[in-house]
Amino acid sequence: MKLAIDHVSKNYRLDRESREVPALVDVSLSVDDGEFMAIVGPSGCGKTSLMSIVAGLLPFEKGTVSIDGNPIQGPGVDRAVVFQHASLLPWRTVSGNIRYGMELQRRFDAATMTERTEYFTKLVGLGGFERHYPSELSGGMQQRTNLARALAADPVVLLMDEPFAALDAQTREFMQSELLKIWAQTRKTVLFITHQINEAVYLADRVAVMSSRPGRLKGLFTIPFGRPRTLALKRDPKFLEIEDEIWKLIEEEQR
Amino acid sequence: MNPKQSFYKRYDGLILGAISVLLVLAVWEIIWELGWISPLFFSGPSAVAKQFRETLLHGTLLSDMAYSGKNFALGFLFASVAGIVFGIIFGWYRWIRLLSNPFVNAFYSMPRIAMVPLIIMWFGIGMWSKVFTVFLFAFFPILVNTVAGVKALDPDLLRAARAYCATDWQIFTTVALPGSVPFILTGIRQGVSLGLIGIVISEMFGGSEGIGFMVAYGGQTFQTDTLFVGVVVIASAGILFTWLAEKLERRFSRWKPEHH
Repeated sequence: MKLAIDHVSKNYRLDRESREVPALVDVSLSVDDGEFMAIVGPSGCGKTSLMSIVAGLLPFEKGTVSIDGNPIQGPGVDRAVVFQHASLLPWRTVSGNIRYGMELQRRFDAATMTERTEYFTKLVGLGGFERHYPSELSGGMQQRTNLARALAADPVVLLMDEPFAALDAQTREFMQSELLKIWAQTRKTVLFITHQINEAVYLADRVAVMSSRPGRLKGLFTIPFGRPRTLALKRDPKFLEIEDEIWKLIEEEQR
Repeated sequence: MNPKQSFYKRYDGLILGAISVLLVLAVWEIIWELGWISPLFFSGPSAVAKQFRETLLHGTLLSDMAYSGKNFALGFLFASVAGIVFGIIFGWYRWIRLLSNPFVNAFYSMPRIAMVPLIIMWFGIGMWSKVFTVFLFAFFPILVNTVAGVKALDPDLLRAARAYCATDWQIFTTVALPGSVPFILTGIRQGVSLGLIGIVISEMFGGSEGIGFMVAYGGQTFQTDTLFVGVVVIASAGILFTWLAEKLERRFSRWKPEHH
């Protein structure tokens, strides 16, 4: 087990009403080594809170999160986050941004950082765009940079927080296949958050479904498809069946 | 498109600006030559040019410029360093900002000329009263703009930096400082113009050297041509420094989409 989320609860304080509102209640989830785990749920289910907690950016009241058995305390070099908004430094080029995570973590010497920057720039398909600034890139290319920055930092667990949510539908589909190709070459342990059921089913080995208000874990699905997967899979009857099952679970509570 | 047209389009600001300046100078010179204006109260372009040459070659123009320039540079350097350092501190820490706000606002909006006699009392009529006046004039716009820059930092970038284990110092050097640079440079540009006012004012109030003194002395002794030479030098310095500051601003904002 690579990443273990163990009985985590999180309350939010509403200043105006001076009362605590539960955002996450007793969430437990474990992700195996090299596994692609997706968490899907409606907005307000606390999936982004859960991601921030695992990233070490958000304090929480109860439970533990551990990686390789070590409980996390704040952000760490064992994790890297791919954010929903690319969050690239606008005054740095693509290369500079991919290098940035490594620079902050100071685990590699300068020569290794340069080497890794080059390797991951090519891996995410940004060869030739090294000297471009983020403002010169499309949304999809910005997210590739965001992904390369995270991969280059060589995390134990890769955290992805709705990375394709802001992209248009076609770019999103394309980026999903690209992500699978890139992931196949790195085989990182991934925790991927999304509100799109078919994105979760298409990408993941297992899909955890969350309910909203308060955020609870409601179901866990093992996705039976082998890899590599192609976009045609999304029209497979078995795929649609799983998608439907997850949808029913979410819909149940929306009513 | 023929090349003449594209040349005009590229430099239309410069060309039209030059034409308008030359036109005004020509009309002014004609009126001056016709003797319609009294040389006691006004001067003409040719007279100013002659006096410029005269004070440059045989007078104190160069040493006055050097004196003013040195004091301005010193005061402006202090103002920039202090303005950026305090601006980042005030922008970053809300409670320090709230503590300092009343004073910053008071000094930023008050006519700082009122402080000049007091500054002369403190520092005497030597160079340090000039340096401090420039500092006082230039410091606040740099401070206020830097604070605005730090407050406007993208929270997503700060969050990303934290997620990658950035230390406070790393956040400062890789996010806070470069992110506020466009604001800092706006402050610098405003600080330059206000600092120039500061140097001239402080030399007019007391002392015996510098361009401001030259203007005041020229006025008191009815050497209108000399007075005009001083005004022209100050105006040219203003144009030159503002142009430099704008160039610097563009240089550091080239990653912004509107500059491509």
